[in-house]
Amino acid sequence: MMAVTAARRRATGSSTALHGLMAVGGIIMVLFLVAHMYGNLKVFSGQAAFDGYSAYLRTILEPLLPYAGALWILRVILLLSVGAHILAAFVLWHRARAATGGRGGYRYLSTANRRGVQRSYASFTMRWGGITIALFVIYHLLHLTVNVIAPGGASESPYTRMVNGFSIWWVVLSYAVALAALGLHLRHGIFSALASLGANTSTTTRRRYNQAAVLVTAVLLIGFLVPPLCILAGWVGP
Amino acid sequence: MKITLRIWRQPDRDAAGAMATYEVDGISPDMSFLEMLDVLNEELALAGGDPVAFDHDCREGICGMCSLVINGLAHGPEALTTACQLYMRHFTDGQVIDVEPWRATPFPVLKDLVVDRGALDRIVAAGGYISAPTGAAPEAHSVPVPRKDAERAFDAAACIGCGACVAACPNGSASLFLGAKITHLGALPQGQPERDARALAMVEQHDAEGFGGCSQIGECTAVCPAGIPLDMISQLNHDVLAALPRGKDQRG
Amino acid sequence: MNGYYAGGDPLVDTKDPGGPLTERWDKRRFEAKLVNPANRRKRTVIIIGTGLAGGSAAATLGEAGYQLKVFCYQDSARRAHSIAAQGGINAAKDYRNDGDSVQRLFYDTVKGGDYRSRESNVYRLAQVSAAIIDQAVAQGVPFAREYGGLLDTRSFGGVQVSRTFYARGQTGQQLLLGAYQALERQVAAGTVELNTRHEMLELIVIDGKARGVVVRDMVTGAFETHLADAVVLASGGYGNAYHLSTNAMGCNVSATWRAHRKGAYFANPCYTQIHPTCIPVSGEHQSKLTLMSESLRNDGRIWVPAVAGDTRDPALIPEAERDYYLERTYPAFGNLVPRDVASRAAKQQCDAGRGVGPGGLGVYLDFKDAIKRLGRETIEEKYGNLFDMYAKITDEDPYSTPMRIYPAIHYTMGGLWVDYDLESTVPGLFVIGEANFSDHGANRLGASALMQGLADGYFVLPGTIGDYLATNPLPAGIDATHPAVLEAEAAVRERTARLLAVNGSRTVDSFHRELGSILWEYCGMERNEEGLTKAIGLIRELREAFWADVKVTGVNEELNQSLERAGRVADFFELAELMCIDALHRRESCGAHFRTESRTPEGEALRIDEEYSHVAAWEFAGDGAPPILHREHLGFEHIKVQARSYK
Repeated sequence: MMAVTAARRRATGSSTALHGLMAVGGIIMVLFLVAHMYGNLKVFSGQAAFDGYSAYLRTILEPLLPYAGALWILRVILLLSVGAHILAAFVLWHRARAATGGRGGYRYLSTANRRGVQRSYASFTMRWGGITIALFVIYHLLHLTVNVIAPGGASESPYTRMVNGFSIWWVVLSYAVALAALGLHLRHGIFSALASLGANTSTTTRRRYNQAAVLVTAVLLIGFLVPPLCILAGWVGP
Repeated sequence: MKITLRIWRQPDRDAAGAMATYEVDGISPDMSFLEMLDVLNEELALAGGDPVAFDHDCREGICGMCSLVINGLAHGPEALTTACQLYMRHFTDGQVIDVEPWRATPFPVLKDLVVDRGALDRIVAAGGYISAPTGAAPEAHSVPVPRKDAERAFDAAACIGCGACVAACPNGSASLFLGAKITHLGALPQGQPERDARALAMVEQHDAEGFGGCSQIGECTAVCPAGIPLDMISQLNHDVLAALPRGKDQRG
Repeated sequence: MNGYYAGGDPLVDTKDPGGPLTERWDKRRFEAKLVNPANRRKRTVIIIGTGLAGGSAAATLGEAGYQLKVFCYQDSARRAHSIAAQGGINAAKDYRNDGDSVQRLFYDTVKGGDYRSRESNVYRLAQVSAAIIDQAVAQGVPFAREYGGLLDTRSFGGVQVSRTFYARGQTGQQLLLGAYQALERQVAAGTVELNTRHEMLELIVIDGKARGVVVRDMVTGAFETHLADAVVLASGGYGNAYHLSTNAMGCNVSATWRAHRKGAYFANPCYTQIHPTCIPVSGEHQSKLTLMSESLRNDGRIWVPAVAGDTRDPALIPEAERDYYLERTYPAFGNLVPRDVASRAAKQQCDAGRGVGPGGLGVYLDFKDAIKRLGRETIEEKYGNLFDMYAKITDEDPYSTPMRIYPAIHYTMGGLWVDYDLESTVPGLFVIGEANFSDHGANRLGASALMQGLADGYFVLPGTIGDYLATNPLPAGIDATHPAVLEAEAAVRERTARLLAVNGSRTVDSFHRELGSILWEYCGMERNEEGLTKAIGLIRELREAFWADVKVTGVNEELNQSLERAGRVADFFELAELMCIDALHRRESCGAHFRTESRTPEGEALRIDEEYSHVAAWEFAGDGAPPILHREHLGFEHIKVQARSYK
């Protein structure tokens, strides 16, 4: 009777609940990535369209909201998602380490079958991949959002910033590496998020969700890679 | 066949352990893996050594007592097979085989290959049941159960409680065990009144025992001798998340 | 009888309530004194074993408000060997409208037991059977169901009605999990103290009443004494006396044998059931035998090569050179003759040199014709999981080559003698499930073991033990310092020390294997005076050798599996001798007990009702002294006693 309240309180912080939280945060970020990719592709419509789109994002729902109000609301939601996602990830990581003597999947002395029976490579990279992505996002924001780091030259025009940046091979390379990490993260993460939220209801659904995860990942990777590659190749320019 | 075994030896719970190497000769391919260990133990006993302690009982794959990690894999290389139903014909002459106990913090080693799996019982005690005092049961046919639901319940109830899922899970999670019980009881009409309370109480106990969370890697289902599918963890997640926001607990 | 045993007084008081058969259970329950609900928590009951009987009893008594101390040797209550039962559970529900009734289940059970069981007990078993199904369904046991959502049943073991409920091929597992979950619920509620990895090594009897047990903590080796108002043994059967059986490796007789030595009579120890369809032994290393469901005989045809010593591949043996011996000898029942008949026939073929496989200990169970008739798909659907299991173990494909099967020890009908209340001859010691001798007579019907275990645990024991607890509480002032407690504990310590001190040259397993082969040879499917007397001599010699030359490794104060086994095997030696003596005394063939001296002119089993319509209850008379036989006469007022015939 009293135990019930205790159970409920602790169930709120259970690994299952944290995975649910991580999943919700992750899904919001995936939705953001889709929108972000869409915006990136505007680069093919020229500088005016691209910069216009960027300006539009700040005027959504004006005058109901002040300038950049909607964008800030989205930013706050996104920031909360990122925060929840990372917080949950670290708590769960800590718990997994505690449950396995700190050695996770490598806790057996036998060196045979270190990769398990069927686990995907993507599933190995969730934690380090997540950190890689987080570091990249900071670099990415400094580069293209706040314009602090400016390889190729700073500019008030988002279009110019983008073209300047991706004209440099190592910027594109770093971007591609981050995208690879993101791809692996999404490949396992999208399926995992759906399953964590209780949507994996049968073997068939599992297959479908895995296919969906691969598809969404592929679309995002291609969508994100095409503009920088085109810029580097000189097909899109100032 | 001649086999080289590298086996985890640990005198008791608090002692340090290490791998020890043994050679066994004259192994028949028709022996089960445990019978091969019996042969080793007979030799060790006669030579004045200490036989290797390992858990086993029914030796027909149903009691869930045997618990060996063989070459890094819980229950060894054969799918849908417990260690006791694994036969030596699946190994080659001269092979080196590593044998280790289930490893997870909630499963302390008691001796050699024997671990304490009481945590799984405590998870069941927390809520893995339908409250049905003896004598209070209504006539069995008073509640028809759609065949689909009965089959789903059975698929989940087939879990033998061996803990291989925990042993294989990189996170040390018992979610597959937990999900199987929650799916079993939650699939039946009889299980509905306590469904929310059961999910919450069991998941709370699972975490309190120190098991990790599920990141949907699926190693558990790959080693599960009873073929419990991964979607039963999703069922668990579903039931827990659905129960969390609901009001007072029915078991109150 | 040559000094093998001594005659004692007949057992007359079975506490049978009397009166009309149909009302006896109601009568008994009404006459039983009850414990006030408020006082129940002051009454403690010890239960040994957590299988169907022990688990269900503990859950039920805990729910009723008693305090329970429950012990099992496994690491979890869920692993008791009830879990391995495949086929199903009988219940007189008559859902099929096929003429089933309590009366018919009663009749089938008594007849199946070859008229060697007690009418009152069996009738009660049939009466409570239906409630078991209700109880299990309420607990969420996922029985097989029809598309309409109602329970499916099947006909099992040759009975003519469809009264067997099942959960795929894992009925025992599902029923046990139901009882186990109910038990764990009581653990959480605080009424049950569950001690896993604890083995009972002695019964504590104080002033003639069972008041506690000495157990060994199998992890630390510590000896613990536990006191209670009453003790319940639910420790299963003793099939492992034969070394190779379908029992789990840990199944043992120690709990019941220790109680026997403390005064509980052991009834009908020679009634051991041999199951005809097991996977044959593959070599000396064999540690246990695996059962293949009896249902296989519905479609498989059993045969051996007609000529002894024919070692050709079965596919190369033409029809004309095969002997479908069951179909030939028993045209009416063919391959579906009862378990004991099928088992003996297989043994006779193998003894005649026509056996197949390693050591010539096997007969073919062939599905070629069934596959031809029904198609592979149908066979796969019906028996797929069994075929897979067979292939896994033998590495042979039963779809293309016939299975090899051989009989194996499966169940023991004998056990501690109990009265109608399931109380043994030691007051306060109750025995339930396979551990008692109660309901199956000389042979058990398929799907009746689960029924009996749960009937005892859920309904019968909870209905009778209250009467004892109400009138015989543990007297105040008795604690662990009582001389009887100290004596029991000292005896256990002494015996353990003796086992460890031998330090001989043979392992426990090698003794066990040899004991098993003696029993199997002389007290197995066929018994006779010559063989049994020989066996008794061999067992005595081997027991002496055991105590002189066994090698038990390690020390007591550790997890020591060698020591655990040694204690169990030591008890098996004593039991084995009693099994042979019981088999020797019963100079008739009945049920699973077949004496070659007692046959019809056609060579079939011949019962001798005038002399042997009794339960043989054996009293322990001390080490080395011949056991004392007490006969409980079995009268049949409601059933006409007939001879079994399957011709």
